[in-house]
Amino acid sequence: MISIRDRLIFTGQLLFTLLVAAFLIVPAILSMLAGVTVNYFQGIRSGVTLQWVIQVWELYADTIARSFVIALSALTVTLIVGIPAAYALHVRGGRLSRVVEEIITLPLAVPGLAIALGLLLTYGGFSDFRRSWLFILAGHVVFTLPFMVRSVMAVFAAIDVKTLDESASSLGASPWRRFLDVIVPNARPGILAGSLMVVTLSLGEFNLTWMLHTPLTKTLPVGLADSYASMRLEVASAYTLVFFVMIIPLLVAMQIFADHKRRQGAGR
Amino acid sequence: MTGGQGVTLRVEACGKTFPDGTRALEPITLDVARGETLVFLGPSGCGKTTMLRIIAGLERPDVGGRILFNEVDVTGIPIERRNVGMVFQSYALFPNMNVAENIGYGLKIRGIGKAEREARVAELVALTGIEGLVHRRVDQLSGGQRQRVALARAVAARPSVLLLDEPLTALDAALRERLRVELDRLLRTLGITTIYVTHDQTEAMMLGDRIVVMRKGAIAQIGTARDIYFSPASRFVAEFIGATNIVEAECHDGMLALPGGRLPIQNGASGAVVVMIRPESIDIISTEGAVLSGRVGDVSFIGDRQRLTVSGAAHKPLLVDAPNSLGIKAGDIVGLSVKPEAIRLLAGD
Amino acid sequence: MPFNTFIRLCLLPLAMVVVAFFLLPMVRLVIVGGSGDLGVGAYAAILFEPRFRATLINTVMLAVATTASSLLIATVAGLFLQRHRFPGRALLVAMLTFPLAFPGVVVGFMIILLAGRQGLIGSITLPLFGEKWVFAYSIQGLFLGYLYFSIPRVILTIMAAVEKLDLSLEEAARALGAGPWAVHRDVILPALRPAFVASGAIAFATAMGAFGTAFTLATNINVLPMLIYTEFTLSANIAMAAALSVGLGLVAWAALALARSFSGGTVAAAG
Repeated sequence: MISIRDRLIFTGQLLFTLLVAAFLIVPAILSMLAGVTVNYFQGIRSGVTLQWVIQVWELYADTIARSFVIALSALTVTLIVGIPAAYALHVRGGRLSRVVEEIITLPLAVPGLAIALGLLLTYGGFSDFRRSWLFILAGHVVFTLPFMVRSVMAVFAAIDVKTLDESASSLGASPWRRFLDVIVPNARPGILAGSLMVVTLSLGEFNLTWMLHTPLTKTLPVGLADSYASMRLEVASAYTLVFFVMIIPLLVAMQIFADHKRRQGAGR
Repeated sequence: MTGGQGVTLRVEACGKTFPDGTRALEPITLDVARGETLVFLGPSGCGKTTMLRIIAGLERPDVGGRILFNEVDVTGIPIERRNVGMVFQSYALFPNMNVAENIGYGLKIRGIGKAEREARVAELVALTGIEGLVHRRVDQLSGGQRQRVALARAVAARPSVLLLDEPLTALDAALRERLRVELDRLLRTLGITTIYVTHDQTEAMMLGDRIVVMRKGAIAQIGTARDIYFSPASRFVAEFIGATNIVEAECHDGMLALPGGRLPIQNGASGAVVVMIRPESIDIISTEGAVLSGRVGDVSFIGDRQRLTVSGAAHKPLLVDAPNSLGIKAGDIVGLSVKPEAIRLLAGD
Repeated sequence: MPFNTFIRLCLLPLAMVVVAFFLLPMVRLVIVGGSGDLGVGAYAAILFEPRFRATLINTVMLAVATTASSLLIATVAGLFLQRHRFPGRALLVAMLTFPLAFPGVVVGFMIILLAGRQGLIGSITLPLFGEKWVFAYSIQGLFLGYLYFSIPRVILTIMAAVEKLDLSLEEAARALGAGPWAVHRDVILPALRPAFVASGAIAFATAMGAFGTAFTLATNINVLPMLIYTEFTLSANIAMAAALSVGLGLVAWAALALARSFSGGTVAAAG
């Protein structure tokens, strides 16, 4: 038996939650619609078109390609740097490891603007480096690395990797073989989760990138900011639509992955 | 609403079917007297906790079921207005309050003034023997201390019915034994009508004025500890309570025909029967003149007695409790005697 | 190869990347911050120069308002979503967490679509009240943007915390006579406190340093990230921009460190 009061409370909370969801989702839907509408001011009645998307492609295809190149490069670097580091920090333990962990997670606390300024002040004089997309990559690596390291370390903490490592060494495997044959395969869920995070964050990174970019090294979010300031609403929306299309698969993959992990956890 | 200590409790046709269709409880009717301690005993999944939660008001019985305190229907009253005291298996002490605040919480909710609250808390602290802990945080308490705080908290507001859900299960064996005695004394002192849920038969026999043995959501037997131990209503109850021998045999002329001999029984049954014989009611005697005999298998010395298995007497080896002074070893041939009144005929199942 | 050597080798790439692209730039930032016309006094100027102080106060107030509102909204919605099962619930959760991956600039654009000159709110209020409500580029718009950014994050944290709540604590409180209101006050909200501290600190730190949203919306509003940006690009006052960045970084880091010392867990801000 549900009392009238309980039902009122339920309805009130539901309405509130729906309102919050609407606040978040309605503008996203509006922007997707605007991106394919002939004239947003007149509304969808003016007709549906792909002309804005095509225009975005003509104007900004290079930024999209560059964003992918940077995101995949950032992924490569964070994999090469992050996995061994996570392993070493986990097996080494102790105070020094905690201090190192603390330092590499600092970029999560320090605003991107500050990191970008620091990079500019330090490397602004090396003009070849400053002008290339590698300069942006450096910023992205600093920003995304902690996600990879922590994601992998979380797996290590959960599966008792030390014992696995010791048993492999008792069978005669060298440290390098153990790392390749035992550590990396067992860290796979963490590596996958970390990789999804790194790519998603890199594709959407703006705070650092805006400061680090040059007119020749624009990325997608930089182009977005550009179009928001200078293009008509339909083009800006179409560009945003392209961005959504790029990140939604990543988000869905992350969600499926999280559900999968949770179900495994529950089954244990 | 019913107040004060000790109400009569009536459970009327209370069944429970969960939304997924699982039948947790068949409709059950029973009465609990003022001040009585009734123990629900059974294996996990037998429905005993569901019964307790229905009495508490945490679950609603299926349509048609009613709970009455002092003849007043409380079925529609939510737990917070039912005036019950409840001790959870995990104790569920509030981590954001210290011991005194935990014990006094029910009084505070009832709007009782600070001075009276403190006096009552002090009274309960003394009663449960946790003096000196009142200002402790609950995560600084040992298991036994938590149990006492949970009990003090549950009875502080003088509930109509006290409900205990496996309150000793989370403790180690030695502590459990000590607290069992303490709990028994406390329940007698308080005189509150008490419902106690456990899977531990020793706890049930020691604490319960009456015991309800549950099986698969239904009552297998209600009775005093003695009733249930000596006169189990079914094979399930006999096997669930204490160690026992279940013997299947042919019976005629007042004698049980067994492979190792014949045993006189009281009951005039004849044909295929199932009987129960407790290990302690079988005596080891000399083989000479013995009506039943067998060969000793294992001998386990337990301290106050030794437990033997004797094979060859019945179709399956018999458990026999022998005095600890008796010199006996595996392989010995022994005679067995059982008083006719110690052989209980069991209903089927 | 000895094991210890291997471990050191594993840490070598990390050390190189972090030193070269994070520690060195941070040190440089601190030094440059103290090397302008004001010298080390630039750091004091953040607090005592009226223009900077007003901006700092403005930013902190905005961040506090964002934090408090996100916590309130997320607690109501998070408790509701975790405590009830109804058709469409999964979709609702997905809608509430979908904007997690939006960068600040996109969030800014979302606010433009809501409250800009061609925005939804304006087109609703025009027939209703006879005027178009346009506030995307004001401090209210920025507040809405920060809220948009932090709600999904806070909701996720709070839902996870609600899921871990010990139900028997609530049942115990009810058995002792506590009604729904008292159960929330005495059991649920105290148990959620660590989640409030953790997610609140993240919301605060993120709102302090949010550049993307401010860049899209706040060309005329005094918030710290925009001040840093204009000092650096328009005024070419590089030393002051550096000093302000260091100050901003310290405030954000302190909020997170403080939260962590309260809750014990790891607390980190995001883009």
